[in-house]
Parts: sequence; C-alpha cells; structure tokens
Amino acid sequence: MNLRDPLASVRGLGSAKAGTGHWMSQRITAVALLPLSLWFAVMAFGLGEYADARSFLAQPFNAVLSAALVGCLFYHAQLGLQVVIEDYVHLRWLEIGLQIAVKFIAILAALASLLAIVRIVLGN
Amino acid sequence: MSTPSSGSRRPLSPFMIGPYYRPQLTSMLSILHRATGVALSVGALGFAWWLLAIAAGPDQHALFARFARSIPGTLLLLAFVFSLSYHWFNGLRHLLWDVGWGFELPRAYATGWAVVALSVLSTLGVGWLVLAARTAA
Repeated sequence: MNLRDPLASVRGLGSAKAGTGHWMSQRITAVALLPLSLWFAVMAFGLGEYADARSFLAQPFNAVLSAALVGCLFYHAQLGLQVVIEDYVHLRWLEIGLQIAVKFIAILAALASLLAIVRIVLGN
Repeated sequence: MSTPSSGSRRPLSPFMIGPYYRPQLTSMLSILHRATGVALSVGALGFAWWLLAIAAGPDQHALFARFARSIPGTLLLLAFVFSLSYHWFNGLRHLLWDVGWGFELPRAYATGWAVVALSVLSTLGVGWLVLAARTAA
C-alpha cells in the first residue's frame, strides 16, 4: 500500500523537498571548474609580478574566464561546505548559523572578486 | 556527539571511522576529498584577496606578494597546490563514477592510487617550479 500523495510521487522531491538540484549543481560546477582551474593554474605561473597580473586580467578573454572561475568556484564551495556541515555539525543552532554564514561569505567574496575584475578591465 | 532528533544514541559521522569501520584506501581518499574541499574554500578567499589586491593597486599587491613569499605564506601556497591537485584528480574520479565508470573494486583501488600518485607528483612539480622561479628572480 502506498500512502504517498500522487502529486508528491510525480514531483519526486522526497522529504527534503529539494530533489536532485543540489547534487546536479555540484556536478555541473565541477565539470566547469576542471578546465577553468587548469587554465588558471597554468597561467598563474607567469603572474607573479603586479604589472603582468594586471595586464593579463585586463584582457577581455581572460577577464571573462576569470569571472566564470570566480562564480563557479564560490558556488561549488558553498554547495560542498553545506554537505560537510550537514553531515558533521550536529548542534542545530550552530549548523544553521554556519550554513547562513557560509552563504553570506561565499556571495560577498564572489561579488567582491567580480567587482575587482571589472575595475581591472575598466582601468581604475 | 549530540543525540539525533529520533532520540537514539547511535554513532554519527565522522565517528564511524576507527571503532566501527576499518580504515581503508577508499574511505581515506573520500574523507581527504572533503578535507581538501574545505581547505580550497579557505584558499578561494586567498584567490579573492589576490584579485582585490590587483584592483587596489601596486601597494596592496606588494602586501599580498610579501605574504605569499613569507614562510607561512609559502607553506599555505603549497598546501593549496596539493589540495587543488588532489581535489582536481579525485573530483575527476568522482565524475567518472557519476557516469557509471570505475565502480569495480580493483578499478576503484587502481584509480585511487593513481590519484595519490598524480597529486603528489604535481604538487612536487609545481612546488619545484615556484621555488625555482623565486630563486631565479
């Protein structure tokens, strides 16, 4: 006997009400980060000096890829930290506090990084 | 260890490893994937600092560069390089599992050892290149 609401079965979201969205987002950002992080790691060797790093990031192609890297990186980090906190922090108030803090820090760091890239491209 | 909402006193993660669950390569690599992920999240803030320092100008960049070349900064940088290479290679291993490849035990162990070897080798390689570039400069 199945006591589940047929609509709930169709939606397939389970008791967490979120379905596979988190899992999918983590994988898709991971797929994007494989080439983006490799590209950046290879490029970073030549970026030790201020002038080299600045002129590198000022080029539109590099700026766009760096912005994509920033977005995927902080989104992927938040998704990963969320699971780690869910699994290991068993004090409810601390768990919720950490989840919110991680989201705030990830969003602020991503916004600040993107603004930095825009400032570098625009030259001020 | 807190009590779950069901009220039972069963052991909760990560306390399963050790008394309840014998350590093995696959579980150690799994927990290391999470540990390097947490380390990289902190490292991502260092990446943001680098971008902000470049946008702010030469003085702020010099502050970042001085920290990056200090002994604690260099150790953090090497830890970041290891975390990134391990998480990159093991993340690829996870994505291959997600498409259904490599679940057989011999293959799971072979890819596990491959990830260990590749991440150690790339950390040594990158570390050597960074230190060689610094002494040359």
